[in-house]
Amino acid sequence: MSTHHIDIEFELNGRPERRHVDVRDNAIDMLGRCGLKGARESCGQGLCGCCTIYVDGAPASGCLYPAWKLQGKQVETLEALNTAGGELDPIQQAFIDCGAFQCGFCTPGFVMMTRKLLEAHPDPTEAQIEHYLSGNLCRCGTYPEITAAVRLAAKRAGARD
Amino acid sequence: MTTERPPFTRLGKGLRRLEAVDKVTGRANYTHHVSLPGMLHAKIVRSHVAHGRLVGIDTADALAVPGVYGVFTGADILKIIPEPYYGPAFHDQPILAIDKVRYVGEPVAVVVAESPHVAEDAAGLVQADIEELPAVLDEIEAMRSDVYVHDSLRPAGTFADLKHLNGIRDTNVALTFGVKKGDVEAAFKTAHRVFKNTFKTHQVMHVPLEPMVSVADVHSAHAYVYTASQTPSFARTEIARLLGWRENQVTIKTAFLGGGFGCKLYVKLEPLAVALSMLCQRPVRVALTMAEQFYTITRHPTTFNIESAVDENGRILARRCEVIWNGGAYADIGPRVTQKSGFTAPGPYDIEHVDVTSVAVYTNRPPAGAFRGFGIPQLVWAYESQADIMAREMGIDPVEFRLRNVLSDGKRHATGTVMKDAAISQVLNRVAERFGWNKPFERTTGRFRRGRGIGVGIKACVSPTTSVAAVSVAADGSCSVQCNTVDMGQGSDTLMAMIVSEVLGVPAESVSVVNPDTDASPYDMATLGSRSTFHMGHAVRLAAEDALAKLLAMAKEVGVERIDPADLGTLFVRKFGMQAGTVIGTGVYKPTYQSPDKNTGQSEDITPNWMIGGTAMEVEVDTETGMYTILRMENVVDCGTALNPLVVQTQISGAAIMQLGTVTLEEMEFDEQGQLRNAGLSEYKIPGIQDIPRAIGREAVDAYQSNGPFGGKGVGESATFGVASALAAAIEDAVGVRITQLPIRPEKIWEGMRNNERAQL
Repeated sequence: MSTHHIDIEFELNGRPERRHVDVRDNAIDMLGRCGLKGARESCGQGLCGCCTIYVDGAPASGCLYPAWKLQGKQVETLEALNTAGGELDPIQQAFIDCGAFQCGFCTPGFVMMTRKLLEAHPDPTEAQIEHYLSGNLCRCGTYPEITAAVRLAAKRAGARD
Repeated sequence: MTTERPPFTRLGKGLRRLEAVDKVTGRANYTHHVSLPGMLHAKIVRSHVAHGRLVGIDTADALAVPGVYGVFTGADILKIIPEPYYGPAFHDQPILAIDKVRYVGEPVAVVVAESPHVAEDAAGLVQADIEELPAVLDEIEAMRSDVYVHDSLRPAGTFADLKHLNGIRDTNVALTFGVKKGDVEAAFKTAHRVFKNTFKTHQVMHVPLEPMVSVADVHSAHAYVYTASQTPSFARTEIARLLGWRENQVTIKTAFLGGGFGCKLYVKLEPLAVALSMLCQRPVRVALTMAEQFYTITRHPTTFNIESAVDENGRILARRCEVIWNGGAYADIGPRVTQKSGFTAPGPYDIEHVDVTSVAVYTNRPPAGAFRGFGIPQLVWAYESQADIMAREMGIDPVEFRLRNVLSDGKRHATGTVMKDAAISQVLNRVAERFGWNKPFERTTGRFRRGRGIGVGIKACVSPTTSVAAVSVAADGSCSVQCNTVDMGQGSDTLMAMIVSEVLGVPAESVSVVNPDTDASPYDMATLGSRSTFHMGHAVRLAAEDALAKLLAMAKEVGVERIDPADLGTLFVRKFGMQAGTVIGTGVYKPTYQSPDKNTGQSEDITPNWMIGGTAMEVEVDTETGMYTILRMENVVDCGTALNPLVVQTQISGAAIMQLGTVTLEEMEFDEQGQLRNAGLSEYKIPGIQDIPRAIGREAVDAYQSNGPFGGKGVGESATFGVASALAAAIEDAVGVRITQLPIRPEKIWEGMRNNERAQL
């Protein structure tokens, strides 16, 4: 019942990080204390996608990921997309241009999964979009705009190549 | 539509949300992330029975856990708040249970600890000794049961129309509201045909992705509350009332909400957070998990008995409506849903003889309150489903049947109010047109059958309510808006900035809209019921006009002939000799209203505006399994002028998709003991990207609300209205199965098809 703490070292958005974590903390608890609020816990069951982060490059539900297990891992969050504080990532820009969010609570997760989708499928089919984004929920029901944003981001990336 | 429409400079052209960059970069400000120095974390211990006497609570084991700061029960709350009952219509809900528990999940105790993990662990060690009582869960049963959820009714003193209910005993009926017009009895006797149906809806939850959260910090006889709330002004009033303090001793601050949909209204966690902060003398965070939200507030299950008398031409002559709202264990805003939406139960139809009875009932379920649509989706589901049944039986096209009956401007609604700026037939015609209703439709004959459905609903904007706003012009000419409208995704901040832009000529993107803070922002009734565009839109318009008048006076005083919106700062430098000073414009808006007659529900002025929403659907049903696919969904609304068309579009499809979830996937499932089986997203599925119709169309008809700000009115709920009945009609059209009880599940369709087959043998 008593709580235990542990020191971990990992890479966070390309920089070395050292943290003292409660063994009960999940990745989101810890990232919040790092000042990173893009990934956020909502359903607590890994079903809504609001807490999406990358661990060693693979998407993970931060709410189900014990913080201590990040020892030695590379962790990437939404904030990695615009650390310079300058231009937005093309996916973020496409989300804005298509009005692909309302309350915005789920948006970071959608942006993170769209990035993985477009890495794997630069010109995604309807089925591929659904497959990659089926683990992200938007209660405001902004799915038509989200789909449009994914297509716009893909189209712009294609035009650049 | 003869009203003259003034031209716009900024409104009417789409504008992206002002906070768009913050939302895509994850930096938007939500209460979810509020953390104060020294903050403690609370975990609520909940009742495991639906109805019972609270005999005792053993907190010793929990208190012994290292890191636990305190364990509190109703008795502790009573020490600091002698009357710890809250609620917007009835003061019936205790901060923590006292004497009795009334639903599974009701808060009975709370653990406060240094970390949320410790609080959670220790909460599991609190033992509540509850002597179980028989429970009543169904609204119909509750009407005649001798199991009473409350010993006596406790209406809030602020509402004159509820005072007569004070102290009434031995009933589960919180309130009955009626609308009577004409001679219903006589009309039914002369009718060509009479249709009598019952439609039911189920309990669902709002599921905002930012779970409810409140952080309170009470010190120096002042309560600072950071809360994900749609009602900062009400929260201040209610906390002040509970504490016996002045309103200016309570500060409520909100931020962007990660969804609200009606669940973050009035007070929910705020009284508990304040009480805990007082007991602990530290800031305390009360944050719910997704699962706990299901035990906090929900949408009313309903039973709607609807009886219509029709002549040989398909004109509805008379209608009886009995709507029973299952409000759960505490009234919340249920009594207002019962009244303010209840009077629209006869639908958007011109019916001479009407008798509506709308009843708010207590049961031992989690409380029900406001949910996107404020009761209207439940009503439209029933009256539009019956319209489809009647049209089908009389061999009249469903659109034609409706057009023969819909109210047009100048006609009197069932309440006696003359309809104005309600584009009902326009919406219906436009949905039909977009859908191609008059084109040949191929139903197919094989395993997969196609069908289509259409319908329309109306909502009266809740009245009478007040909004107050201020528009400040700083010494450099930059403008900000202070108002307590909460932006929970509906884009209200952006709209208010556009209104300031329209009046003052400054770019909308340059206007700052201050997050609601009751110390800085004036009163607003609430962000609910699609009222903000209309009410706060007017208040902000008036405030901007007031600011403009003051700027013009200042210009005259300093000898400037024409003011330049791009250089308002010059006026300040000229007047004050430096960049100094502030101009504050204020605006107060409250529409006209006439209370309904106590006996007949009649009023000449029941609402400032009507919101209209229509839906058409095409569905394909697998006759072997009952599984169905929605191939197309068209949604059309009347929101007056679409003031920010980009946001209007998203609100239309968003509302329809959310409603579709509650109609097709979602259902809170209770067992006989009142235990909820599926709290949490693993067993309560909301729509994902793969669950939406293959094609979604949306449109706001070209309309103008003549008493609205710049011709506008609300839009957040309208597209929910017609969804359920259109889907049920489409399924009946496809496979001949009539669903009368939501949700529309494949197994019900399958069972219906098997019953039809057996009937044919």
